Amino acid sequence: MSEAAEIKIEQAERKEARANTILYVDGVSVTFDGFRALNSLSFYVEPGELRAIIGPNGAGKTTMMDIITGKTRPDTGDVLFRSDVDLTKLDEAEIANLGIGRKFQKPTVFESHTVFDNLLLACSGGRGVFQALFHRLGNAEKLRIEQTLETIMLVDKRDETAANLSHGQKQWLEIGMLLMQEPELLLVDEPVAGMTDSETEQTAKLLRSIAIDRSVVVVEHDMEFVRDLDCKVTVLHEGSVLAEGRLDHVQKDPRVIEVYLGR
Amino acid sequence: MTDYRQKYQMTPVIGWLLRDRGGMILLSILIAASILIPVGNLIVPEGSALHVPTWMMSLLGKYLCYALLALSVDLIWGFCGILSLGHGAFFALGGYAMGMYLMRQIGDRGVYGNPELPDFMVFLNWTELPWYWFGFDMFWFAIVMAMFVPGLLAFVFGFLAFRSRVTGVYLSIITQAMTYALLLAFFRNDMGFGGNNGLTDFKDLLGFSLQSDSTRASLFVASAVMLGICYILARCITNSRLGKVLIAIRDAESRVRFTGYRVEYYKLFVFTVSAVMAGIAGSLYVPQVGIINPGEFAPALSIEIVIWVAVGGRGTLYGAVLGAFIVNYAKTFFTGVMPEFWLFFLGGLFIAVTLLLPKGVIGAVPAFGSPDRQSVLAGLRKRISNGRANQGGKA
Repeated sequence: MSEAAEIKIEQAERKEARANTILYVDGVSVTFDGFRALNSLSFYVEPGELRAIIGPNGAGKTTMMDIITGKTRPDTGDVLFRSDVDLTKLDEAEIANLGIGRKFQKPTVFESHTVFDNLLLACSGGRGVFQALFHRLGNAEKLRIEQTLETIMLVDKRDETAANLSHGQKQWLEIGMLLMQEPELLLVDEPVAGMTDSETEQTAKLLRSIAIDRSVVVVEHDMEFVRDLDCKVTVLHEGSVLAEGRLDHVQKDPRVIEVYLGR
Repeated sequence: MTDYRQKYQMTPVIGWLLRDRGGMILLSILIAASILIPVGNLIVPEGSALHVPTWMMSLLGKYLCYALLALSVDLIWGFCGILSLGHGAFFALGGYAMGMYLMRQIGDRGVYGNPELPDFMVFLNWTELPWYWFGFDMFWFAIVMAMFVPGLLAFVFGFLAFRSRVTGVYLSIITQAMTYALLLAFFRNDMGFGGNNGLTDFKDLLGFSLQSDSTRASLFVASAVMLGICYILARCITNSRLGKVLIAIRDAESRVRFTGYRVEYYKLFVFTVSAVMAGIAGSLYVPQVGIINPGEFAPALSIEIVIWVAVGGRGTLYGAVLGAFIVNYAKTFFTGVMPEFWLFFLGGLFIAVTLLLPKGVIGAVPAFGSPDRQSVLAGLRKRISNGRANQGGKA
């Protein structure tokens, strides 16, 4: 086979690989002051998939999130949403409105608003200044907020100020806010850091139920939790993918044991 | 609360206002004052104990303008976290717009008797009115400009600053630079705004003498009414979903961005509205004090406004009004009795409020405290322990 034909086949294969993805990251590199945070990182997530991303500190997990959500621009590489929207050209608000929700590592909610208002602000719909000025709370919105309150187990905290919630409850509220945005893809950064065992278990359940009708990418350190998620795992190391597969499979990989699990 | 919501579904604004206790008190006081004080000045005879002297009415009218200015700062600082240390600039620009109208009203009654040109232009040997003075012989035009010019400046300045995501201390510093730059510009005679003397010697407004008690009473009432209207407007903004977004921006700006809001547009909106309010305050202030000069652009003055808001209670709107009255009354008192102590007092007041009353004077009144009400001492204790925790915790 000629070289040109090979390239053609390869391109076609890549196109096919792209076609059925919700998130397609290909050859992404980014450098901060000489430090290579991401080194030609490639992976993709299928619609409706729950994916866990693990890796030691400094593996580039948070940088990867920053790039997908428009906070950081990559030096090279493609980041595509729904196989055709180029995320590297959009800013945070545009990407959020496309349907990508992000949960921060540290729970970030609007502390002086009530739980209800936190969800209201995240509610999908008009984001314009004047739309917001003349907005009136509709019954449909109210119903959705009540449903989300149930999902995130905060019904009785409805009128509580978010500042008064426990750490775990704040994490759930933030996940609830993401749900209100009706995203197709959720990026969740270390959702169980600082949670009690029972909270961790409940969070795993919550994320699994969310992943039934949308794609979820979870970045996590806690191996027990990743096991609870019961999903495909991608291991990052020094800014690129080291291994990918079921947790059992990945844990047997000698390179993974070397850099991460063995220690 | 739910009852009110249902009851006033058709007229949510009235529902909010009735639930806003501090606002109701403020509006009641404003209505009462705008009836009783002019009556006390114009109708009650001079010898009576109930007579309100004209100087006192004018002083209170001046405080009302400061209160409106404080309100405009609280709207952006208290609700959106934009600490503007240059709001005096918008106030002064509004004041200059009104001053230009009042200059044109003097007509040929000036020292040089020139019907077209204000005295300072004749003095500079100018032969014709600069283009930007045209239209200021019309009252409506001056009023429009008193709102438009500060609004435009805020819009352009805000657009550049917020789009580049200049926040926090950096934004405060460039607002200071803005007002300082305007101060220097207005000091120049070539600018055509009367240089360091500014605009003064005003005679009348809409044909009514500025010296007469009835004109002064009308200006007082106009200031009170304007403060009331702007208060209601500001309250409508803060109670709307937009207001909730503003508070969210204050608390966690990046979260708001990732939720899909264009933070810069929200900031731009509220910053511009606030500047327009400051401009209105300035335009009511100038006819009551009878002079506008570049001193109003002084950076220190803009910082003082922030202190008024902090003393009264940030993020409450009515607290800003109260703070403006408390600090300015204290200023009037101190500068009269022991002027050398005024700045020490102001600095001490600011430190005391920051340490002991983080929610301002309003926050110390239990009925107006926030849901997590706390005594002064408990507040201080909490702050100290928070400070320790922050030092111990990781960044």
